[in-house]
Amino acid sequence: MSAGQLKAAITPARLLDETGRLVRGASKPDAEALAEGYRKLVFARRLNEQCGALVRQGRLAVYPSSRGQEACQVACASVLSDGDWLFPTYRDTAAIAARGVDPVEVLTLLRGDWHCGYDPNEHKVAPQATPLATQLLHAVGVGHAARLKGEDTVVMALCGDGATSEGDFHEACNFAAVFKAPVVFFVQNNKYAISVPLARQSVAPSLAAKAIGYGMPGFRVDGNDLPALEKVLGEAVARARAGEGPTLVEADTYRIESHTNADDASRYRADDEVADWLPRDPLLRVKAYLTAVGALDDEREREITAAAEEMAAAVRAGVGAETSADPEEIFAHLYSTPTPQLAEQRAALRAELDLEEA
Amino acid sequence: MSAEKMTMAQAINAALRDAIAQDDSVVVFGEDVAQLGGVFRVTDGLHRDFGESRVFDTPLAESGIVGMAVGMAMNGMRPVVEMQFDAFAYPAFEQIVSHVAKLGNRTRGKVRLPIVIRIPYAGGIGGVEHHCDSSEAYYAHTPGLTVVAPATNADAYGLLRAAIAGSDPVVFLEPKKHYFAREEVDVSVAVPPIGRAVVRRPGKDATLIAYGPSVPVALAAAEQAATEGRDLGVVDLRSIVPFDDETVCAEVRKTGRAVVVAEAPGFASVASEIAARVGERCFHHLEAPVRRVTGFDVPYPPPKLEHHFLPGVDRILDAVDTLQWEDAA
Repeated sequence: MSAGQLKAAITPARLLDETGRLVRGASKPDAEALAEGYRKLVFARRLNEQCGALVRQGRLAVYPSSRGQEACQVACASVLSDGDWLFPTYRDTAAIAARGVDPVEVLTLLRGDWHCGYDPNEHKVAPQATPLATQLLHAVGVGHAARLKGEDTVVMALCGDGATSEGDFHEACNFAAVFKAPVVFFVQNNKYAISVPLARQSVAPSLAAKAIGYGMPGFRVDGNDLPALEKVLGEAVARARAGEGPTLVEADTYRIESHTNADDASRYRADDEVADWLPRDPLLRVKAYLTAVGALDDEREREITAAAEEMAAAVRAGVGAETSADPEEIFAHLYSTPTPQLAEQRAALRAELDLEEA
Repeated sequence: MSAEKMTMAQAINAALRDAIAQDDSVVVFGEDVAQLGGVFRVTDGLHRDFGESRVFDTPLAESGIVGMAVGMAMNGMRPVVEMQFDAFAYPAFEQIVSHVAKLGNRTRGKVRLPIVIRIPYAGGIGGVEHHCDSSEAYYAHTPGLTVVAPATNADAYGLLRAAIAGSDPVVFLEPKKHYFAREEVDVSVAVPPIGRAVVRRPGKDATLIAYGPSVPVALAAAEQAATEGRDLGVVDLRSIVPFDDETVCAEVRKTGRAVVVAEAPGFASVASEIAARVGERCFHHLEAPVRRVTGFDVPYPPPKLEHHFLPGVDRILDAVDTLQWEDAA
């Protein structure tokens, strides 16, 4: 391990500062690609707001918001190719939408209709993981299988700072490094695991620094800096695709809202702390940069806002639409051929339903 | 192909070998399974003959092994993983219960996980603690898992081939005390499918219901009873999930008396479930309550004491004696 590697794992990489100015020595991001990124950031923010509203209206059971983390959500999806896989958590609804999955399908889980509403194979997006860090091992398996088959698939595996305390985080990093699996572990360090602050999860110099112990590269990035995230994650994806193995990337970001709408963050953190992070908003600095270089004017801003409103309206309509969940479906998918016991139980439920309907 | 004498370890090895040879998507991995051939030599020679891409050692982490199997199955492979011993599978419990068992259901059948988790299980080998657990109840209680426990070497071959070829995840419990027992096996003769119990010995007076390592014990008890004038039948479940109510109940209805035999502690056990099912379904045919002969509700004892724990012939015959024969006289 070199001093440079340790520095990269501890000091967050940055391209745009909080005011939207390019940091010293940084190469200019492609303005048109960044404008497209800005559009995705606006969509992600609008989706977070819309889902919060749907919870307040009682149309979603719960919503873990990624407000403040939209740059992470957009970047992790935008660096992937069509054949790559994304392994998201419950807080990554906006990332899945950025990958191209219809948000209404994603919200099937939180709406309470079924556990996963999209076809993982169609989109190469695993079901949202609710248990922590378990999905990281699945990501390693998908990656290792791809290598055995001679495919150049890359797997983006998401988790938060709390999940890095789980045993499966360790096992996944270690397996990936040992097997040189084409996996990018992307930790969105938003500083809280529900109420427990980062200091109670780890006293490592950084979460990315843990990579050193596994013998893989680790990088810390400003998690509210879209071009910096895309650069670091993009390079990690390229290394994985080239057969150089896994990378651990930690995004330094912040969970602006409570864990979910059912949580009350005022019980464990000061308003001042949140207020400190608001000026570091991931949308503001990209907007300021694009405006300064002339790649974003009022008209384009209006066009993006209108398109995001259209998306939000479609989400409202989709989530609000009446659905008829089929009670018998709880038996339908467990085994490819139902066991005699399940067939019996299904028939018993059917008989109950017939009585109710009669 | 004709019958060949082989041990259960050899029968399982043959099943793995034939499955790997026949299907490119079958991969075998776990701890010490490659160069060493497994601590019980079940995977002996497979790494040598099929190479690192098909048979490989992993880091020593059971959750990692099963979690990686989930991902490999999502990406078109058929992983067959080995947990070195029953109690060493517990670190993988979350992966098995929350993912292996549920992913097909969670995704409405869009993702199927053809994974086989092989677990050398149960006691009778003089193993020190954590090497002799009968952990089947944990898996049988988890919807979405198929739980198989072969008692014969022919079944070990045939049921493992079926488990690997199927679309659903299977917990495959190998009675480790049988690993080195030789029996005639003809791998060209098909065994009944997973989910079907087999009547190993027909009987008129009472039915012994067993699976895995308890089947030979039940057969020995029936043999002994015959010399004392009682005709006991033995049903070998072969799989706990799916459970073959039909075969079990048909036998019990013939005899009117039943004893369930299993090594696991009896409280909240598979044996208890079987007793309840038989009671519910065969009540009007029963001459006596269904008895259970199981391990005690204690951790598996140290080697010098294990014979006090294991259900043996005498304990089974004592239970049979309590089946209210006086009423029949």
